[in-house]
Order: sequence, then C-alpha cells, then structure tokens
Amino acid sequence: MPWRLLRFALSKKHPEPRMFTRHDRLKPAYDVVIIGGGGHGLAAAYYLAREHGITNVCVLEKGYIGGGNTGRNTTIIRSNYLTPEGVQFYDESVRLWQDLAQDFDLNLFYSNRGHYTLAHTDAALRTSRWRAEVNKHFGIDSEVVGPEVVKKAAPMIDLSCGGHAPILGALYHAPGAVARHDAVAWGYGRGADMRGVEIHQRTEVLGIGVVGGKVAGVRTNRGNIATNKVLCAVAGATPRILDMVGIRSPIYIHPLQAMVSEPVKPWLDPILVSGSLHVYISQSARGELVMGASLDPYEVQSTRSTFDFPESLSAHMLDMFPFLSNVKVMRQWAGMADMTPDFAPIMGRTPVEGFYLDGGWGTWGFKATPVCGKTMAYTVANDREHTLITGFGLDRFRNFALTGEKGAASVGH
Amino acid sequence: MRLPAQPGEWIDRTTPLGFRFEGRDYTGFAGDTVASALAAAGVSMLGRSFKYHRPRGLLSAANHDVNAMMQWGGMPNLRADATPLAAGMDLEAVNTFGTLERDAGSMLGHLSRFLPVGFYYKAFHGKRLFPLWEKMFRAMTGLGKVDFSAPRQRTPKRYGFCDVLVVGGGTSGLAAALSAAEQGAQVALVDENARLGGSTQGASELVGKVLAHPRIRVFTDTYAAGYYADHWVPLVERERITKMRARAVVVAAGAFEQPAVFRNNDLPGVMLASGAARLIRRHAVQPAGRIVLLAANADAYQALADFIRAGIEVAAVVDLRGTLPSEQRALPAAHDIPLFAGHCILEALPSSDGRRVAGVKIAPLGQTQAIAELACDGVFMSVGWAPAAALLYQAGTKMRYDAGIEQFVPEKLPDGVFACGRVNGVHTFASRLLDGERAGSAAAAHCGLGGAKPIAVPTETDSPTHPWPIVPHPEGKNFIDFDEDLQLSDLENAIQEGFDNIELMKRYSTVGMGPSQGKHSNMNALRVLARATGATPGEVGTTTARPFFHPVPMSHLAGRGFTPERRTPMHALHEAAGAVWMPAGAWQRPEYYAIHGLTREACIEGEALAVRQGVGLIDVGTLGKLEIRGPQAAEFLERVYVSKYAGLKTGMTRYAVMCDEAGVVIDDGVIARLADDHFYFTTTTSGAAAVYRELSRWNTLWKMDCGIVNLTGAMAAMNLAGPKAKQVLTGLTDVDLSLPFLAVREGNVCGVPARLMRAGFVGEWGVEIHVPAEHGARVWQALMQAGQAHGIRPFGVEAQRLLRLEKGHIIIGQDTDGLTTPGEAGLDWAVKMDKPFFVGQRSLAIIASKPRPRQLVGFMLPADHAGPAPQECHLVIDNGDIAGRVTSIAWSPALQRHIGMAYVKPGMDAAGSTFAIRLSDKTLVSAEVAKTPFYDPDNLRQKEEA
Repeated sequence: MPWRLLRFALSKKHPEPRMFTRHDRLKPAYDVVIIGGGGHGLAAAYYLAREHGITNVCVLEKGYIGGGNTGRNTTIIRSNYLTPEGVQFYDESVRLWQDLAQDFDLNLFYSNRGHYTLAHTDAALRTSRWRAEVNKHFGIDSEVVGPEVVKKAAPMIDLSCGGHAPILGALYHAPGAVARHDAVAWGYGRGADMRGVEIHQRTEVLGIGVVGGKVAGVRTNRGNIATNKVLCAVAGATPRILDMVGIRSPIYIHPLQAMVSEPVKPWLDPILVSGSLHVYISQSARGELVMGASLDPYEVQSTRSTFDFPESLSAHMLDMFPFLSNVKVMRQWAGMADMTPDFAPIMGRTPVEGFYLDGGWGTWGFKATPVCGKTMAYTVANDREHTLITGFGLDRFRNFALTGEKGAASVGH
Repeated sequence: MRLPAQPGEWIDRTTPLGFRFEGRDYTGFAGDTVASALAAAGVSMLGRSFKYHRPRGLLSAANHDVNAMMQWGGMPNLRADATPLAAGMDLEAVNTFGTLERDAGSMLGHLSRFLPVGFYYKAFHGKRLFPLWEKMFRAMTGLGKVDFSAPRQRTPKRYGFCDVLVVGGGTSGLAAALSAAEQGAQVALVDENARLGGSTQGASELVGKVLAHPRIRVFTDTYAAGYYADHWVPLVERERITKMRARAVVVAAGAFEQPAVFRNNDLPGVMLASGAARLIRRHAVQPAGRIVLLAANADAYQALADFIRAGIEVAAVVDLRGTLPSEQRALPAAHDIPLFAGHCILEALPSSDGRRVAGVKIAPLGQTQAIAELACDGVFMSVGWAPAAALLYQAGTKMRYDAGIEQFVPEKLPDGVFACGRVNGVHTFASRLLDGERAGSAAAAHCGLGGAKPIAVPTETDSPTHPWPIVPHPEGKNFIDFDEDLQLSDLENAIQEGFDNIELMKRYSTVGMGPSQGKHSNMNALRVLARATGATPGEVGTTTARPFFHPVPMSHLAGRGFTPERRTPMHALHEAAGAVWMPAGAWQRPEYYAIHGLTREACIEGEALAVRQGVGLIDVGTLGKLEIRGPQAAEFLERVYVSKYAGLKTGMTRYAVMCDEAGVVIDDGVIARLADDHFYFTTTTSGAAAVYRELSRWNTLWKMDCGIVNLTGAMAAMNLAGPKAKQVLTGLTDVDLSLPFLAVREGNVCGVPARLMRAGFVGEWGVEIHVPAEHGARVWQALMQAGQAHGIRPFGVEAQRLLRLEKGHIIIGQDTDGLTTPGEAGLDWAVKMDKPFFVGQRSLAIIASKPRPRQLVGFMLPADHAGPAPQECHLVIDNGDIAGRVTSIAWSPALQRHIGMAYVKPGMDAAGSTFAIRLSDKTLVSAEVAKTPFYDPDNLRQKEEA
C-alpha cells in the first residue's frame, strides 16, 4: 500500500482541497478565451499557463468539464498513423502521455497494453505494412505480425472469426495504450486552475464579436467578455461556432457510438481493432469490455443511441470471441465526431485574426489531447503555428494539400 | 423459511428442484428464483461487495441485486434475484477469493479508511511501479468469470408491430392496456416479471381481463431494453429479442423502492420492504423471523400487514416522519408493535460472524445518541421511491422535480409517449387505475382510435417519499451505492474536491456506474449533492439514462449473426475445379485453382502461362454491372466519369475512370454503348455497391432523363483470353468474331443471349462474355469443354493480377489510395478537362496548376536479383527520406524477373533511372524505372485480329 494513502486514514477530515475553483462571475476581459472545457480546451489552457505564462485565460464550458467526446471515447492512445505529419504529431503525443500522470500528480491509469489492428484481407495486410514501414521510418514501434502472434497475445480469439473473416495478420503497435479519460480532463483542469486559469462550467457561448476581421469579444449566457484571442475546441459543435465568425469549413458531423459490458474478471490484455469486422475492444481496469465500431454512416448532429449499433457490434464481437454469448452489454452511448474529407484534424490560425481553430477531430481526438493542447497553446501564444501542426491548417482544403489519414483513421480510432 | 401456501403464489410445490450453491445442496421449487430458494433455505449471505468484499444479501428481489450475482458454469453475472431456479444448477458467488464464506478479499474492508473515494487517482502512478499496481488491480477487479469454452449461442430475433406498447404490467399498466384495447388499439403489454400484476396486490381481476382480451398481446418475463427513435423498443425475452415498432408507447414502469442510508445498511437481512413482500407473496418465503420496519410512507404500512400475516414478529416500526396519518398508526397499535415516529435507525448491528443483521440502534432523527437497541434478524425499509423513468428520458421527456411527492415526474412528454402510475407520480392504488385508464385512452386516441377520455387523476395528498432518508454516522459504512461500495462520506468528499455537478460526481465517485446503473443509488446521491450545494433536487438534475434498462446478453443482441456471402453462378464449378477461395467484399472468388502436388506459386504461374500461350477463362461476375438508358444517359456518364462518351460509337467500349469531388480516383470500369440512349458498364468488384448508390444519388440530385439499373447479381460474366480463345469460341456463338478490339456485340453464346466485349485487361486477345446469371454455369461449362482440345485452364484472381501487372494496368485501391489523382496514377490521357463539367473537374483544375507530388511508375528488379524481393507497401527511400512506396510487385514468368509499380517523387520517374526500396529488415533493394507495359509494349497481342 502506497504511503500516500496513509494520510486518508490519519486525517479526520478528508484531506483533499477542491480541484477546481468556483468562480461566481466572468471577468469583463481575458487575454485568451477558450471555448470548450473538454480535454483539448483544458490542455491548451494548462500549457498556455505553464509554458507561456499566459494565465489571464478563461475556459467556457456549456455543460460540465470533460462531458463531451473526452468522456465518450474509448480511450485508445496510439501513434501508428499513415502520413509523416500524423505519425510525428501523434508520436509526440504518446511521449507526453507517458509523463502526464506524474506531471499532474494524478493517476490517469495510463495502461500500455499493446495495440493490434487485425487484417482479414490481403488489402488490409498491405495497408498494415504501409503503416508499419512509415512508423518504423520515424522510429515508432510498429510491425506486421502473423496470426500466431495475435493468438499468443489473445489466446482465446477465434482466428477464423466465425469462418468468414479469417485473420491473416495484424499491425502490432507496442506503445498502444488506454487511459482513464475523465481523469485527463480533471488533471488538465486542476493544473490550469492552480495556475490561475478560470474554468466556467454551464456557460454557453452565444456569439463571437468580430470587428474588422479581428476577434473583439465573446457573448455568453452569463455576460459579455472582451478578448482578442479565442480558441475554439468544441469537437462536434465546431460548425456552429465557425458560423459565429463566418468561417466555412468542410467539416461534417457523424455520430460515433460505443458500448460497455458488465464487469467480468480481466481476460483480455491487448487492445484489438478489426477494420473488416468494425470492432475495437479493450478491457478496462474495472473489468468492463469497452467496445466501439465505425462511424455511423449518416450525418446527424445528435448523441442519440441507435439499436442497430449494439446488434451488429455484438454479432462481430461473437465472431471473434464466441464465448462471450452470455456476457451482457450494460450501457451504450454516442458522441458527435467532426469529420474532415482527409480524416485529419484542423489546427491553427484562421482567416479571422485572433480566432484559432482546434477541430476536425473526428474519431481520433482523445489520443491527441496532450500534443494538441501543447501545440495550440504555442500557436495562440505566438500567433504562429507550431511546426508539428503546419500540415493540419484549414487552408489545406483550399490549397489541395490534403493530409490523407483515411487508411489509418477509418476504424482505428 | 418456507411459509404455508400463499394466495396466488408463483411456486409449484409439486416440482422440487435440486441445486448447489457454494458447494452445498439445496432444494427449491419450480417458480422460485435462485435467491428465493436460498432465502427459503435460510441462506442470507448471497455474495460479496465489489470493493470491500462485505457480506451482502437480497435487497430488492426485483432484478437490481447486483451484490447477489452468481456464476453458473460459463454464465457469469447471473442475478440471483431474477434468475429462475433450474434443476441441477451449480452456483457460486462471483468475485470472491476463496469461498463466499471465507473470502480473503474481505480484509479490504479493514483497509477502507485508506481507500476513500477516488483513492486510485491519488497514488500508484509512479511510472515504474504503475504496471505492477495495475496487475494487482486487474486481479482484484471484475465480477464473474468468462469461460472460454462456452459455445456461441445464436438467438432468434423478430420484428413486432402494435398500436400501443405498454411497458409495465402493474396496476396502471394493466389499466392502460385495457383502456387502449377497448378503444380498438392492438396492444402489446410487457412486464419483466414472470406474471402480470406488478408488486401490488389487488390487480388480479384486471389481470384476468387483460389475459382474456383479444387485442392485447402479453409479453411476460420480458423487459423493454431501451427506447429508440420513432417508438422502436427492443423487448428482451429469455430466448429472443422482439424489436417492437409501436405507434404509441405508454410507460407504466413503476418506481424503484429506495433504500435508507444508515450505518451497516448493507448487512444481509436489511432489505426493501417491497422485496420482502415479493418473497412472501410470490415464493412463500419468510425472509426474517423478527424485524424492525423502517417506514416513511403509506406503502410501509400496507407491507406491514403482509409481514404480520406471514407470521413475522415485528419488533418495532421506526418512522422517519414526526407525524403520520392515524390510519397508519392504527395497524401497529392494534398489534402492540412499538412505533418510533420521528426516529431513524442509527445503525444496524451485525451478528457475531458479521454475516447477518442482529439488531438495530434507534435514535431520534437528527440525533446521534441511540435511545433503544432492539434485536432482530431483518430490517425492512420503506422510505421512498424513484421513478423507473429510463425509457422516458431516452424518448426525450422533460422531467421536473415535484416537491409535493419528492419525485421527478414527466413535465413534457414527446409526441406519442405517455406515462402513468408511479413513474408519473401517481401512487395511490385507486389513482393508478384512473391514471392508467387515462394514459391508455390517450395513447389509443393518438393512433386515431377514439377520443382521449377526460379523466382527472387526484393529486397525492401524502408524499410517498421521504426527502432525506440519510443518516450520517461518524464511523461510516452507511452505503449509498451497493454496486460500487460508496458510503455517504465518499460522495461528500467528492463534492469537497470540486465534483459538485451530478455528472462529475458520478464520474469521479462512480456512483450509479455499476451493473444496476444507479437504480437504487442515483436518487440518494442526488439528494446528498443537493443538500451540500444548497440546491433543490430539481436544480441538481439527473444523469443521462442511457440504454439498457437491464443489461442485455450479447447473444441476444447479435441474433443469428447473419453474415451474407455472395457467390457467382459458377461457384460450384470452381469448387469442383479445386478453387482456393479469397474474399472480395461480400463475394468469394477463386484466388487460384489448386493442383495436387503443385505449390500455390506454381499453380498461379501455370494459369498465367496458359493465358499467354493457349487460353484461359476467368469468372469476372463479381464486377459491378450497371445499365443506363434514356435521352440523357450519355450526358450523365460524362458528368460522373472523367472521359467523354457522347461521341462513343454504338457497338464500342471505352475505359472509364471515376473521381470524387476532391479529384481522387475512386473507381474504374468499361462503358459499352449498345444504342444511342443505352449503355452497359462495369465497376470494380469492391466499388459496385457504392458506385451504384452514388450514381443514384447524383441522378436524383440532377433530375436527369435517364434511369440506372444494377445488374450485378443478374448477370454472369467471364473473360475468355489467350491466343487460342477465338478458336474456342468459334462454333459456340453467332457473333462475328472478327470484331475489332474494344468492340461490343449482342448475340448468342451456346444459345443464350449474351453481350461480348473485346477486352484487353490481361494483354491477350480476349472477350468478356456477359450472360443472364441463370445461364452462367452452362456457358462456362461449354467454354471449358470446347477449350479442352486447346489446353484451356480456369484462372483465378492471382493470375489475373500478374497478367495485368505485366501489362501495366492499375488496380483501383491497390495502386491508388485515398489521395491519388488520375495524373499521379498515369491516367491523364483519360481526363477530358474540356468537358463542361464532371465530378472532380474543378479540383483537378486546381491540382493541375500545382507541382505533382508523386508519380506512379513501373519498375523492374535486376534480372539477377537474389534474396528476398520487396513486398507491396515497402517504402521507396531517397536520401534517407520516404520518397514513395511499392503498390504492386510480382515475379513475371514472361519477363523472368520481378516487375512492379511504385509511387516515386517527381524527378525520379525517368525510365532507366534507379531508386531504392527498403525491405522490412531495412535492407535496400535497387529497382529500375521501366516503361509499361512490361509485356508486349505495343499491345499487338490483344489487338490481333486473327
């Protein structure tokens, strides 16, 4: 038992202070206003304060912190992307992840489990090799492995997948990890709060003032704020905020659903992903199986669940693990994914001066939380893109300089 | 203890069932649940809690008793309170280390002071040590065990339809079903219990009427798992799921009785009064001999009557309320039962072995000094209710907190959704009948069947729920969440740490996140938060109620696991010829035909050689096959493909490339003009469905005068190719075989109407023969027979891949990726920028003004290359940087060397120059850029007329 737990037993009152200061009202002006109190927004606030000394910052959150996609994703962290831009960006993220719990002094349950992207077709095997080769080029631990390696990592798997989608091999990515998603938002929130950032929950942005092509202020349900810098980090609500400043983007919103089983004794160590079967699965520290699939095929701006999702996902789960027939699904939910045409995010400055965009995170936003926060903080502080994100600007769609991550992102998350 | 026969009991005393629990033999009756049978046998400890491994027993006997979960063979997490007893069951409690009796995990209870809410966030995160701690956590966590040898179960599903779906077969649900049915509605009535009637006595007359009604379908032992858009409600039965589409839904799901919070309120023997009443009435089980009843509403006194009737000695009634109606006082008075009004149970006292309640300490509400201590072996609680409103929330109901009855009730219901009974805040028996009739009538009226009856339901005069059934205790162990072992202080501490929003509090403390999903904990947690923040429960609000209402087995969700597989009409012939199959989307295609004693490579090479030197036949029926007719057919094709087709002569074909709006190549095929206004065209195998969908979408948007038909499944297709192909076909067809390269003709093959297209994909004289699917096998057989004299061989996908590579033809999806433009893939010649419009044209115009980032080129390895060859997707390396990748590579028997295609950077594409390919083991292989086609560079063979 760690000695740190002793203090709980030795102290009469619970010896823990508030993680987040309560602020009764907004100040009339801030140096930077961050819209969205999810992982990304809070991380940007944290790094603005910690690395750039900018602390007159407020984070505006319509609901509660971490209540959007930060709290809805399936917590997979990896860097086995396809493009050099993507690989280097996510690799830096993984590096940051590994030290985050100690930075925060908060256990994030960052659990390095190894990540297998299963290939059931020779086309998928080809893509796996492509990713592995690009990854290795940038020093990232990825390799194509045969079915026997998959079998060793998950001995109970049916390699034939019910006979109709035999596993031919896999892309193995050793650094693949999962983490406790909510705690990431809390850790960044607490760290930002400690450094003077104000977090305002239940505060909705109603409009953004733009004067002469420059950001002038933000209108909220709790009053108006003057500011020259606004960072938009709102995932599925990105188009709505962009409308407020008159910026067009190629973002379209699709729901992404997930579900979780009742707790069972841990039996599955690695993270498994199957593009052909539309399954990704890991087992949490609580013993729950956390399961997801591909995006819903239609554009909907809603977090409503549909029943066909647990139906088809369960069928594919049983193809891989027939013995789970009697295991019960406890809960399902949905998030809104802001998709881009090239399956890569949009980060950086925009045509409106002082308005910075952190969006287009589709289904891959959680794993980027640390690096995105860090690079966006740099970008906001210096009004210049960090070198790691120059490949992800909004103008790439106008310039036809796309960053094609479709092959690595479509079901991989 | 088993009671004498109870009126309407559910057990069948003539059918005893033997079973085992924790290694001991017991006997129950048919109609028992596992928990009722064990209760009848005097077993009160049924499981251990999740975190501290404290002894736990029955709480609700209503499918919420997560602490009484059991393992039976491969079945984990069986809820003892809801699982029907079966003969021969061999059960164990889940999550014990050792046995239930001697659970080594129970030492964690002594450490609880070290393990407050969120303790695991505060420690264990040293980078080096976390993996070790994590291993320990994972050994401790989870409930039941998965049995890897358990077979896959395939469970049927069906679709159901009804006018009015009533969820809940208690008093108000029965009334609603009857009232809707009497107005003419087809009604489906669902209840999770084995029998209708709910938890209240007195509805038996209604049950009879409902069962006899011709328009009411009854689903018992079935739960409504969730509400989905447009009144779509999956009903989970034991053996199947019925997906019910209703025109209106009445939620009469009742309410969950809520536990009171006091020290040791989790001891076996402490249970909800409604749960105890269920055991008595349904299973004739006396759950305790001498009890203290903790009361705060009228329901408590109705239950008291049951308890007295069942011969239970009632040591005292402790009522949280200071004043209570005289009719409630009358019953204890009549039986000389001491009544402690305005008092609470300060704590429950454990027996000497700690496994059952042995007494209680009673104190005036708000005081910490006990004024009495009573011995008992049961504490029954009836202090309030929480609405079973999950389906209402999922349907989008706006709820409000009614302070008069201390409960959330519907404020605004969505269209076609109705609520009645306890979930609607109506608790009195007579009122529930009225409320049900009102809701049922309104639901029928919603379906256009009669008018909604104007029924006024009286408001409750007496709150059935106490606003604060929570008693602090300096030593804690006053549990709010039994699933997650959360005590009052855990929630208070979470709030102190800033998690003072209901959702944040839930996520930090995990209250309500266990398998019962907060059915007995959310309301008390919310009250704690409201009191701590000075808000009303209505201001605090509830957490989102997500599906499912009860967890649903994966086998039920998966159903039969239908995995459709497409086969061409020639499938059996391929099988007989030794085909080795490979999946191609939903299709199965022969990869090659195995010959005994030959390797895969030798077989493929043999097939390719047959095509080059004699004749071969391949099944290409998996290609998408579309037909378009109409005055604007040519114009439509010009808009969706990059080439021109208006000028294509009737009787000719032309290669076709399709781009998306970004100018990325997404499909290719061949377009044949059969008449001025009539084209027949192919797509790739994998793209067929998507192309048809996309073309239909464009046609709808553009409203053009043409129609598209998908003939993919209706037509069989095969490609006969090789220098002897013409000889094989001669005599089998009435089509003049001197037809020129790229021509299309309609005629007969083997007496079957056919379309013949002179094609050159594999680089020899060839003809693609398309016939109606039903004749495919016959034509294939006839060609194979006629070809015998010429040494014909069927060839598979692998040989075709090799042959086309020798010709430098690309495969979309293999030699292109998600960003490939026609120019990069060497298809510039096909793109006609001088057309008025085509999909992707604007993007391609912009792209054309910029330097091209990469180019697809052909390459060869030196003829004397030794060692392993590169594989597809190995990288092209230039000056240590990624400069491209290999997309195709194969050993060419015709050229006797490795040939392939690769993307390279601009400036690296000059024929004869060399570049390096890096293998997986990091060795570099030199390759030489080569002009394509590699084989027969002037394409003489495929065009040859003779």
